[in-house]
Amino acid sequence: MLEIKHLEVEVNNRKILKDINLTIKKGEVHALFGPNGIGKTSLLNTIMGLSGYKITKGEIIFKGKKINDLSIDERARLGIGMLFQRPPVVRGVKMRQMVALASGKTLKDEHIEALAKELQMDEFLSRDVNLGFSGGEVKRAEVLQLLAQSPDLALLDEPESGVDIENISILGYALNRLLQKDLPIMERKRSALIITHTGHILKYVVADVGHIMLNGRIICTGHPEEILQDIKKFGYKECELCHR
Amino acid sequence: MSQVGFEKFIVPDEDEYKKIETIEELTEEDKESLAKAGIVPEDKDKAGNFVQMDQSVVYNKSFIDGVEILGIREALKKYDWLWDYYWKILEKDKDEYTQLSDQLPTDGYFIRVRKGVRPPFPIQSCLYLKKDNAIQSVHSIVIVEEGAHVMINSGCTLSNLVKEGVHIGISEFYVGKNAYLEFTMVHSWADEFITRPRTAIRVEEGGRFVSNYISLGPVKSIESYPTAYLVGKEASAYFNSILYAPPGSLLDVGGRIVFKAEKTKGEIISRTVSGGGKVIARGHLVGDAPKIKAHLECDGLIIKEGGIIHAVPELEGRNPDVEMSHEAAVGKIAEEEIEYLMARGISREEAISLIIRGFLDTSSMNLPPRTQLEVNMALKQLEEKGF
Repeated sequence: MLEIKHLEVEVNNRKILKDINLTIKKGEVHALFGPNGIGKTSLLNTIMGLSGYKITKGEIIFKGKKINDLSIDERARLGIGMLFQRPPVVRGVKMRQMVALASGKTLKDEHIEALAKELQMDEFLSRDVNLGFSGGEVKRAEVLQLLAQSPDLALLDEPESGVDIENISILGYALNRLLQKDLPIMERKRSALIITHTGHILKYVVADVGHIMLNGRIICTGHPEEILQDIKKFGYKECELCHR
Repeated sequence: MSQVGFEKFIVPDEDEYKKIETIEELTEEDKESLAKAGIVPEDKDKAGNFVQMDQSVVYNKSFIDGVEILGIREALKKYDWLWDYYWKILEKDKDEYTQLSDQLPTDGYFIRVRKGVRPPFPIQSCLYLKKDNAIQSVHSIVIVEEGAHVMINSGCTLSNLVKEGVHIGISEFYVGKNAYLEFTMVHSWADEFITRPRTAIRVEEGGRFVSNYISLGPVKSIESYPTAYLVGKEASAYFNSILYAPPGSLLDVGGRIVFKAEKTKGEIISRTVSGGGKVIARGHLVGDAPKIKAHLECDGLIIKEGGIIHAVPELEGRNPDVEMSHEAAVGKIAEEEIEYLMARGISREEAISLIIRGFLDTSSMNLPPRTQLEVNMALKQLEEKGF
């Protein structure tokens, strides 16, 4: 589904991602751990094609196609979707409209309403996108849009950040819905890359593969639960000393 | 006579057009012009209708007891006391336009809503200029008596023949104790048209005034700066405006609220888009009493080269116990918003158009359905032209 080879990225002439290699297969959910400010979000933004991230080396291949030079919307239409960590408010644009647009105008109103209801977002459909939403509501609004968009690869940037305890289980439900966890393994087609600083979200969402990023490099790959246990036990400091 | 050179404009005769019996008697062409300013050419579901064509009041009718609608000339003849409201909160000698208005043959609407009367439907008032190269001079008075509630939809518009002209509109609104006046005004002008509304509002104790002002079409120059005087305890005033400045236009617009009594509240919120024209977005809050709450918000988007938005927010505290704030932001569309929409599969052009359209969204104004429809159509036209 996604293959990243020897990727190097600069922001404002500063190298922030170094020799990134990552392969995500169809239906796989990967978790990317790492301390704040280490380049995790930069990696997602680069895959999505957001401005400011200059690829100086390497390639991003999605569904067998090199996408380095594609625009954001071309990548989205090719099947990449992103849950933004702190999405902007889009004033005057209603959630209902946004969800319809994300679906490529294919979703009918009653489907949008049913979907929103499932995520407890039905009352938000007539509101401006993200305006006055709480942390949890923002994230659910993002998942709602992604469900409508139905990407083959979902990039989830800190889905649990800013979400309070009461809202985390409904978000977990929403994410599992997005990741097709309700389907038998064989039928799950959607892949995902989840960034998590704390790892909390993994209590609610099962990942297949885990990675640790430090200083712009992926330094460790393994079983997500085991990696998380080690991080909890030893902190990221220990990872710096690891030369696996 | 003035910088504008009023001499070149004709002053239409009063009583040039005959009165009509129902608003449906207007020609189809006239009805279309009215619709552009959100006026429904129907008497159904209205508390009353008023139409002034050039200098002639052709229609004034109320459908509700306790609501009176007259031409101002007629009203001044009928009620001696009305002179106490005429040039009362606006000064005749304020500027060349007020002076001119005082000298020219003038008509306008007189609307009086009696104590406690709350019509379930809006009153429509339409100021319609049919002749090219003419001056329309209007002086209107609205009196909303104690406890009365009313919505007025005012439309200022032109016939298709008019390319050039001047509209001078003097408006004095009196909102009584615990009364409510919601005044929605849609402007629909032409490329070479100059318009000079001069408006003042006086709000008594517990009274509330809401102004919604929309101008999305072509115009040469608008200069509008209504002032609300909150003279009674807990009175409030809200000004909302949505404006688009096409290339070559000058929109010098804003509002002022003078908080003269304790616990008064007010807000001025404007959203302006410059598609190449110049906007001066003013707002002046004068806090002259304790425990008042005042807020000013002016946001501007410049979407074309050559466009200028000059925001002039002013807070003037004249009492230590006031709470006054303002926010102003002027700039281009945030790249972050464009990219966010693009990440949902929307093209850059479509994303930009959505954001501008959203910025000019009027859904919070609670406009009457027909007005909303016309506004949506005007926005759609702008959108199709690529703003």
